[in-house]
Amino acid sequence: MLSITELAKKYPTGTRALESVTLRIDEPQIVAIIGSSGAGKSTLIRCINRLVEPTSGRVVLNDLDVTALSRRDLRKARRRMGMIFQEYNLVERLTVMENALSGRLGYVSFWQAYRRKYPPDDISAAYELLERVGLKGYEDTRADALSGGQRQRVGIARALMQRPDLLLVDEPTASLDPKTARQIMRLLVELAHERGTPALVNIHDVALAQNHSDRIVGLSGGVVVFDGPPRDLTHQALTDIYGEEDWSSTIRKSDDDEDEEDRPRRLEGESAAG
Amino acid sequence: MTSSAYPTSWRPPKLIPNPLTRYGLLLAGVVYLAWSLNALDIDWHRVEQGIARAGNMFARMVPPDFSRWQLLGRGVLESVQMAFAASFIGMIVAIPLGVCAARNLVPTPVYLVARAVLVVSRTFHEVIIAIFFVKIFGFGPLAGVLTLVVASMSFIGKMLAEDIENMRPGQLEAIRATGASFPKMLLYAVQPQMLPRYLGVSIYRLDANIRHSTVVGIVGAGGIGQTLAASFSRYDYDFSLAILLTIMSLVFVGEFFSNWVRARLR
Repeated sequence: MLSITELAKKYPTGTRALESVTLRIDEPQIVAIIGSSGAGKSTLIRCINRLVEPTSGRVVLNDLDVTALSRRDLRKARRRMGMIFQEYNLVERLTVMENALSGRLGYVSFWQAYRRKYPPDDISAAYELLERVGLKGYEDTRADALSGGQRQRVGIARALMQRPDLLLVDEPTASLDPKTARQIMRLLVELAHERGTPALVNIHDVALAQNHSDRIVGLSGGVVVFDGPPRDLTHQALTDIYGEEDWSSTIRKSDDDEDEEDRPRRLEGESAAG
Repeated sequence: MTSSAYPTSWRPPKLIPNPLTRYGLLLAGVVYLAWSLNALDIDWHRVEQGIARAGNMFARMVPPDFSRWQLLGRGVLESVQMAFAASFIGMIVAIPLGVCAARNLVPTPVYLVARAVLVVSRTFHEVIIAIFFVKIFGFGPLAGVLTLVVASMSFIGKMLAEDIENMRPGQLEAIRATGASFPKMLLYAVQPQMLPRYLGVSIYRLDANIRHSTVVGIVGAGGIGQTLAASFSRYDYDFSLAILLTIMSLVFVGEFFSNWVRARLR
């Protein structure tokens, strides 16, 4: 589905964010990318949809060589890749509905977008998705009136409105409190699995990565130093990724977080916040 | 006392540590001030005469003469019309100009050209531009409107460009990531975030244009300023005062309106 070959990025400042990254995703799985700050996680994700232009290497999504595309074809390719951000990046003065519908911008004409005349299918899909992420009734609320967790739900809806072949997720929970972070992570994983969409998820929180992903990729100094299932993330692997540290309290059995009594009342806790 | 080992006095470090530089700069400042005052070449005899003339002029100004209120009204109306027309055209022209002058949106050559237009049109004061347009199009409001259009578009355009550059890059990135084209990005990521500020700046500019429209008339570019200049040159000082009072109230109303609208935005 996605194949990344010897991807490298050197910024004009001289920073070599990606040395050489080779990675394949062949099934719809959640791939967590972990690594310390500056390891190249954000650059890797942005090189895939070329928000950051890679210096060399290839990215192939479903037989489409993304790295070889012209600007125009690149826009078409970007429609197939939904992106979710740490700071949500919603357009704050627009409503929840407009933000969700902006996931369809690549498919409608300028005047359709201007008059907010989206095709009926898109509108019903948006209603459905907003309900699915727990924001039923919030369609006309302005994005800046939402809490962090709610904003990220809109962010997820916007990305899924693209009906993407791949989700690129950059630190989805880093701006959220631990409980909301887990709820958002769970929602993201559920939706990706439901739709059979593979997802690349940058994530700081090792425990969160272990509990919610099918596979973990560890980046260090712009290269892949670990690639395997969460249970293989040993003391040695974490040392390879982050450097020497006492990891005994970080490593947890995969299922001991499958907890959280709050499953049925997922929105209550966060709607009060912010 | 145990603290006796430590100093008991402390003075903040000097702004310029080197005393030679410090006193040298002070001396240079005094010399410069003396030289520039000398350049004024004040003739005390003329100052004396001037004070007497001022007394005479103010005496002839009161009471203000509103008898030619029709002429006054026409001038005021023309000034306000000029201000409105110029603000509106300026607002429209400022949009492409502002977008092109935002470094984070356009390629560098476009950016440089747009910035150059902004810089050049801001270099000259309205009065100089007005003289220029009066020479080209002759006396009257057309020259005034064009002057105010130039001033408004560069003012609003510059503000808009600066606001766009200070925008958080996240929304642009997010909308770009959906595969949206450049115009759609403007529509979805830029316009909603800019609109309140843009309207606020434009209303402010309308208020400023009402003030400036009275000035450009003095060099013959139409409006109440032209009436004022004529009254001064004919020594109709009582009519002049009437015009000045009218301008004051006009500017006051404009400013009040502008503040009222801007408080209701955002």
